[in-house]
Amino acid sequence: MGTYIIRRLIGAVFMLIVVSMVTFSIFFVVPRLAGATPMDMANRYVGRAATAEIVADQAERLGFNDPLVVQYGRWIAGVFFGAEYDTGAGVEQCPAPCFGYSFITRQPVWPDLMDRLPVTVSLAVGAAVLWLIGGIATGVVSALKRGSLFDRAAMGVALAGVSLPIFFTGIASLVVFSYGLGITAPGGSYTPFTENPVEWAYNMILPWTTLAFLYAASYARLTRAGMLETMSEDYIRTARAKGLPESKVIVKHGLRGALTPIVTIFGLDFGLLLGGAVLTESTFSLNGVGKYAVNAIMKNDLPQIMGVTMLTAFFVVIANLIVDLLYAVVDPRVRLS
Amino acid sequence: MKKKSALAVTAVGAALALGLSACGGGGASQSQGGGESAAAKHTMNAALENVFNPSDKKGGTLKMAISEDWDSIDPGDTYYALSWNLIRIYGRPLVTYNPAPGAKGRELVPDLAESLGTPSDDGKTWTYKLREGVKFEDGTPITSKDVKYAVLRSLDKKTFPNGPTYFNDWLDLPKDFKSVYETPDVNTDQAIETPDDRTIVFHLKKPFGGFDNFAALPSTIPVPKDKDTGTKYREHPIASGPYMFETVQTGKQYTLVRNPHWDPATDPIRKALPDRYEIYLGVNADDLDNRVISGDLHVDLAGTGVQPAALGRVLSDPQLKERVDNPTGARTWYIPIVPDVKPLDNVECRKAIIYAADRVSLQQAYGGEFAGGEIATGLMPPSIDGWKRIDLYPTGTGDLEKAKEALAKCGQPNGFETTMAYRSDRPKEKATAESLQQSLARVGIKLNLKGYPTSDYFTLYFGKPSFVKENGIGLGTHGWGADWNDGFGFMSQITDSRTIRESGNYNISIKSPEIDKLIDQANEETDKAKRDELWAQVDYKVMEEAFVLPIVWSKSVLVRPTGATNVFVTGAFDMYDYLNMGVA
Repeated sequence: MGTYIIRRLIGAVFMLIVVSMVTFSIFFVVPRLAGATPMDMANRYVGRAATAEIVADQAERLGFNDPLVVQYGRWIAGVFFGAEYDTGAGVEQCPAPCFGYSFITRQPVWPDLMDRLPVTVSLAVGAAVLWLIGGIATGVVSALKRGSLFDRAAMGVALAGVSLPIFFTGIASLVVFSYGLGITAPGGSYTPFTENPVEWAYNMILPWTTLAFLYAASYARLTRAGMLETMSEDYIRTARAKGLPESKVIVKHGLRGALTPIVTIFGLDFGLLLGGAVLTESTFSLNGVGKYAVNAIMKNDLPQIMGVTMLTAFFVVIANLIVDLLYAVVDPRVRLS
Repeated sequence: MKKKSALAVTAVGAALALGLSACGGGGASQSQGGGESAAAKHTMNAALENVFNPSDKKGGTLKMAISEDWDSIDPGDTYYALSWNLIRIYGRPLVTYNPAPGAKGRELVPDLAESLGTPSDDGKTWTYKLREGVKFEDGTPITSKDVKYAVLRSLDKKTFPNGPTYFNDWLDLPKDFKSVYETPDVNTDQAIETPDDRTIVFHLKKPFGGFDNFAALPSTIPVPKDKDTGTKYREHPIASGPYMFETVQTGKQYTLVRNPHWDPATDPIRKALPDRYEIYLGVNADDLDNRVISGDLHVDLAGTGVQPAALGRVLSDPQLKERVDNPTGARTWYIPIVPDVKPLDNVECRKAIIYAADRVSLQQAYGGEFAGGEIATGLMPPSIDGWKRIDLYPTGTGDLEKAKEALAKCGQPNGFETTMAYRSDRPKEKATAESLQQSLARVGIKLNLKGYPTSDYFTLYFGKPSFVKENGIGLGTHGWGADWNDGFGFMSQITDSRTIRESGNYNISIKSPEIDKLIDQANEETDKAKRDELWAQVDYKVMEEAFVLPIVWSKSVLVRPTGATNVFVTGAFDMYDYLNMGVA
């Protein structure tokens, strides 16, 4: 088990290095191959009335004149050892792990990300709890009552959940519940859990519900399909023949067998959400990592885009590792080696 | 299943409509219920030429929001109109715009200075005297040296890349001066003198009659040298106005509270009504519109109008439409016609494009009469001082006969082929390009459309002369807003061929020695009326040479807040004036 985890962790580090190289290439190498000069790159970081002299100065200061290998090496060294950035009026320290320095917001990227992470984690965790409970429970009941009114209604709602984009359900729910009925918090409301847990939950309930509605739909359909398959297995019949109570047959034998693909999908979904629930955060004006990513893309802020990409990749890789470990718990047939 | 899906959509739609009607109702009842004075009756455009709900009532929290963030709250590092409007609640430039509705809002009035600038040396020297008793938020007296330091620090474009470069371009700076940080000991008196604590004298390289507009720039807001933290100053700019920052959460929220050391006796233009400002950043744009409509927020800080999602609702609901103000802004959406690309080097070919264009269709592409704007007949918008209507070309659906005549004169009787660039992530610009493609096809001009991302549009593509030439891009979408509402403030960056550099250009098509000469004459002219006349001539020349196809003079659909006082659209920024707005 220990060896397995160490091997996977080493693999994860290599994976992150590859992701960083690919991301760096997309944002720094590809434009150069397309004909962008260091001056063109620097133009993104000057005002609209900048003279050629100012642009040239920025290109030099931001290191765009250096070979790309040197630029990448500087970035990766910053992650491990920290970096210093010339801000004109002085030198800005960016302690390790330094994921770059935004010359648009004049802030190191890492503290910005860490500042926004609690919002994203709050959103992802709360929504995940809701969609796992709602989705799996609905899926199980639907499978057990296959063809019933409940099954048809639940799968109909699930289809709607999958079909309706969050920027529609989000805005619609804000208009109805926040501005119409006044029973939920308006967009942009967030209180840290550590400050006031009740207010935290009150502010987050609408984003959680909306996001969970989207995911619960998929999970309900997935669980239903898995349960239908599992419940027709021979070992379920054996369990029933042994006289086990039906609840035990369903939960211990049926659901456990159906959970493996759900855990796999959940790992990916949850990891991606931790890297920023872009649409949900934008719709509900939550200043999380996803909103940060949107702003970075809109402003073409390359260091910020790099930082968000790496954070997302990190969460996906780690979530997958945890999922792989969970396989052994969920499914006794799996052995880690 | 189809029935169920339809039912679900209908239910959500009904709920949405219910919610919206509740919002609309709330706003109306609030306006009747004492939130606004009896005289304040919402009618469309009520705040364009008049102050809506005038009041001197103090107190309350004014809530503003914006869907993105702007460049900076540092007065030396900002170039957004909304920022220049807002900054005056915490900073006092030497001169500012009269807080009054409509065209009166474009008049310059003294702010930190006692009077407008006094020119001497034929407009090469400008002198201002500061008011007595002005103080920073910490109680320190403001002196002319603080204003000098503020202007000099803003010249450092390494540290403050966002602000304009007018002072860089015009001040008579010593050659060995680099920045206040790199060369702090260099004597800069040849550029700015401070003979005493209340007097500041600016020396220019050449005469400039409109210097008071420079004195109105945020970079003349005083900055105490000992509190300057360079790039970190944006985390707490020191207030000289009636409000100071309580919290600064970059990208999230700003809150401002009263500055105890601001003395109303030194400030004849500010009312300072709210007790507090709350400014939310990164609010979803559609949600923001809903919140302004419902009264949960007072102002959309961006001041550019509602989103398409709210537009139809606002214009079709009689109650909401009464809350609309629809100003024409100092912004023109237009299509540069690049003379570097053959056959557009021939003026007749350029004219053929303007004649053949369906101007009504182009207006529709930009959102129509209310949200798009008025069909433009020239580059300069009507809100610019000195504007004159130019009637060189038709403004209807195109004059195909004249277009064919022009093509014949150009030696291309059967038309020609060229490429048009547009910002692919801007639906209005894509629609514009497609509209023009169709209308030009009527006279045999074939347009190949190419979309480029907004983020690199000017740096890598349509603002890069070498790329434009190599790829035969004859036309492109473009828009420009005034830095301030006079000829120099609108035209200088987009008509002067000498500003064109390797990339990142906003002028890609206007290259005329005659225009450059007119610009020089206008800059040196100290008589405002004559200066305005020269800029009008520049506009005429641009159209005569067919360097651009103007589309619309931009209009915006602003929703007037409920629960706010002193609401009016200032002609200085063509958005609600933020200086004296209060809470009802």
